[in-house]
Amino acid sequence: MIEPIIKPRRKNPLQRTRLPTSPPRARSRASHGFTRAASEGRFMLQRCGACGTFCYPARDACPTCLSADLVFADAPRRGTLLSETTLHIPADVHFRERAPWRVGLVAMECGPKLVTHLHADCEEGRPVVMSFQLDKSGQAVAFAHPERETPNMADDRQWREMTADPKFRRVLVTNGRSIVGQEAVAALKAAGASIVFVGVAEPWKPFRGEDALRALEGVQIVPLDIGDEKSVADLAADIGGKVDILVNTTEHVRAGGLLDRQGTSVMRDEIDQSYLGFVHLAQAFGPAMRMRGSDGVNSAAAWVNILSVYALANWPMFGAYSASQAACLSLSHSLRAELRPGGVKVVNVFTGPLDIEWFQTVPPPKVAPRAVAAAIVSALKRGLEDVFVGDVAEDIRQRLAANPKAVERELGA
Amino acid sequence: MDSNGLMQFAGAVASGAVRVVDLTFTLSPDFPVIVLPPEFGQAAPVRIQQISRYDASGPAWYWNNLTFGEHTGTHFDAPIHWFTGKDLPNNSVDTLPVRDMIASACVIDCSAQAAKDADFLLTIPVVEAWEKSHGRIPERHWVLLRTDWSKKGWRDYANLKDDGAHTPGPDAAVMRWLVEERGVIGFGTETIGTDAGQAGHLEPPYPAHHFLHGGGRYGLQCLCNLDQLPPTGAVIVAAPLKIQNGSGSPLRVLALVPTQG
Repeated sequence: MIEPIIKPRRKNPLQRTRLPTSPPRARSRASHGFTRAASEGRFMLQRCGACGTFCYPARDACPTCLSADLVFADAPRRGTLLSETTLHIPADVHFRERAPWRVGLVAMECGPKLVTHLHADCEEGRPVVMSFQLDKSGQAVAFAHPERETPNMADDRQWREMTADPKFRRVLVTNGRSIVGQEAVAALKAAGASIVFVGVAEPWKPFRGEDALRALEGVQIVPLDIGDEKSVADLAADIGGKVDILVNTTEHVRAGGLLDRQGTSVMRDEIDQSYLGFVHLAQAFGPAMRMRGSDGVNSAAAWVNILSVYALANWPMFGAYSASQAACLSLSHSLRAELRPGGVKVVNVFTGPLDIEWFQTVPPPKVAPRAVAAAIVSALKRGLEDVFVGDVAEDIRQRLAANPKAVERELGA
Repeated sequence: MDSNGLMQFAGAVASGAVRVVDLTFTLSPDFPVIVLPPEFGQAAPVRIQQISRYDASGPAWYWNNLTFGEHTGTHFDAPIHWFTGKDLPNNSVDTLPVRDMIASACVIDCSAQAAKDADFLLTIPVVEAWEKSHGRIPERHWVLLRTDWSKKGWRDYANLKDDGAHTPGPDAAVMRWLVEERGVIGFGTETIGTDAGQAGHLEPPYPAHHFLHGGGRYGLQCLCNLDQLPPTGAVIVAAPLKIQNGSGSPLRVLALVPTQG
């Protein structure tokens, strides 16, 4: 039975902010199959192509038939908790300051046994459902959940270490002018964020949805023009120390590639708004977030980017836009590595064309802004790192895995 | 004028006998810029990026890199800015005659009308009424339209509605008349453009741009402190940056005002 977490009190300014520590980080290359599974919220184990055996931990040869044909495949999640152990005084600094910490041994129905972190409602001898999660070091670990939903399940102390749940956290949504931004604000409030700061650039320009946004409780509109270095720095000076989750909802979509555009001013706008905006935000807010990764119930937890799936493969109809998104994707990997020492996750939400004005002439399926907002909240609650929203994004992902050259030709056809 | 006269003038500026009024807004990222439909190219907003500030990037010095469009902040419009002035000689900021950068001004106070009606249009009868009190507008003078618009907060200043901006400006007939009948050197406003917010619906569209630049005259916009100028007798110093083939530029606009009539 989990006690619900309570809204954290204001910090005692006489106490030092605890610095983040990392759980053990070393992994074999083969083990990053689990990292991939955890980042996407899948449960994958190595399976032998010759005899069908599931195995764990990651190996180079099948423990049953010695075949080297081991491939990561989605696996059944159910198992039974054989035994549990509570560590009271771990030797590791990270777990020592989180003790007591429960771990257990789970026998999977599909065969292997896993050493795993435990949700508090898991009981010895009872069925459990497994997932792989990214821990504070960004590496995959096994996590056992009770078979059925239990009261206040998401408030479990060990589970919350694996996620970036918005509950009682303070969120900055960078662009309240866009529909995606407005939907994100509503979804994050509904998910229990204690306050959502919403950036509005050029506040002298009215925008659709403004009155509704201003009327929301627990939402504070702040001046933020992410293309302007000083505007971002000024906001960070005000609220940088209390942004636990940053959701970059920048939206600057223009059609066209290279040859039918005159000059570079449209490209420049794209780069200013998307890439340099990202840079400004990261430089202004990143250092404080990295430093506040262990700062209690409302520690800094996650940075969310909304990226076009065409960051992965250029769509020439929106060719320059795709390129600016690719730049942002590359930058996000740098940010991910740089925030990792703080235990702060970088979540990339990939979407196909959104159902917004700038994709007016693009035929469906298009992604509803509300679906993007729901995916953001879901990713934060589940602790995911890479999320694909909608059919187009998922389609591109699968086709890229199969044959990137075919994707290039087909998108450019 | 002999050199004594010029020295006298410099002395009057130094002593305060000639007051120098700054008609310029601070060039900053916050200041509203002209908004075009998004499918058109846009004026780059003002951006100020720090190179160093007595820090690791430059221990003893502070400096910035700037980017901005030619038509941001308090700015000057040259004839080449509009299609009507595109073929005129010396029509860009780098070639226009420097003597045009210093000229007297007639200030027409329409602040009362603008306070009542955001779409107030300056007309020939309004100017004629002004001339009854202050005399005929002499040739090669600036006409500055005072509306007190510069005293508003940014949102009311831009005053964007779902049918566009609503800000005061001149009608078409008065612009043609000022250029052709009065020979003004230019026309200046406190609003984001020399034209009214709804001037796209006038005939011709954007008449201030159309007639001023077609006649080789200049525009000044986003002026402030016009309420500190007398109806006549102020001298305007407006020297745009010498940008190669530039259509305009942000600039410092100064008014020299005698303290005694």
